[in-house]
Amino acid sequence: MATETAHAPQTNFNVSNEKMGMWAFLGSELLFFGAFITVYLIYVPRTADGPGPEVFDIPFTSVSTFILLMSSLAMVLALAGIQDRDLRRFRTWTLATALMGLVFLGGQLYEFTVFVQQDGLGLTTSAFSTAFYVLTSFHKVHVAIGVLMLGTLWFMSFTGRIRADGHGTNAVENVGLYWHFVDIIWIVIFTIVYLIPVDLAT
Amino acid sequence: MTDTRDAEPEAEPSQEESHHHPSTSDYWQIAAILAVLTAIEIGLYYAGQAGLAESVTIPSLIALTILKFVLVLLWFMHLRFDNPVLNRLFIIGLVFAGVLYGVVSLITLT
Repeated sequence: MATETAHAPQTNFNVSNEKMGMWAFLGSELLFFGAFITVYLIYVPRTADGPGPEVFDIPFTSVSTFILLMSSLAMVLALAGIQDRDLRRFRTWTLATALMGLVFLGGQLYEFTVFVQQDGLGLTTSAFSTAFYVLTSFHKVHVAIGVLMLGTLWFMSFTGRIRADGHGTNAVENVGLYWHFVDIIWIVIFTIVYLIPVDLAT
Repeated sequence: MTDTRDAEPEAEPSQEESHHHPSTSDYWQIAAILAVLTAIEIGLYYAGQAGLAESVTIPSLIALTILKFVLVLLWFMHLRFDNPVLNRLFIIGLVFAGVLYGVVSLITLT
């Protein structure tokens, strides 16, 4: 059967160019987030007598984390759906992934609102707050881009760009890689920022 | 002496051959493990709040995080089943991020 996978341009490593490019991009993203996490770890103690990590609502963030973790399951089930030529299963799980991403984003924005309005933790309150907001906001931007890409995939399945014959599987796989990456970055952020509120750099 | 290296070298798997993806029940099992590990992490956080030593909670939390990270990478991102060159691409980024953290930490300490 002639599928997009069979006709995808191949590199010398027997991997499609798009997939190789996505992995190279994700590798570079590790440096991007590594830099922000490093800066955060250095500035954790510098609260300038303002609010510090004690304002974090661990039960609330734990629920958000669980939802994002489960969105990774939904994403991989969406990919399995298109690989099994089951367009309906692909659509269902893609939509579920995007919705869980939106719930996560909503939860995080609510958390920010509480920090700013109730706890007085603004962007420029201290070095700690700046490092915290920059790190977590960049992650949120990545989640938002992921949701947009998932929505695009979902619509593409109605316009024939993703079909039950396997056409478009590469695009789903690459968006899936991006989404899982966003998830593993949050796995690290959740532990380092929320569960270990100490200065690991010193 | 028997030469144990006379077997044919393993051929590079084709793209089709390298696409041995897990079943959906495998994915559900991995997700369940991830959920349990997250619950243990949260439990460790509260144990730390209740007085458990940081020398226990922090290394345990870091170990659990690495385990979750690797599980998603290997199973959900299929790195376990894909071409090893993709693995190397990601590890290069990981090593550079680690070096960056180490260098900045050293500068901060001095």
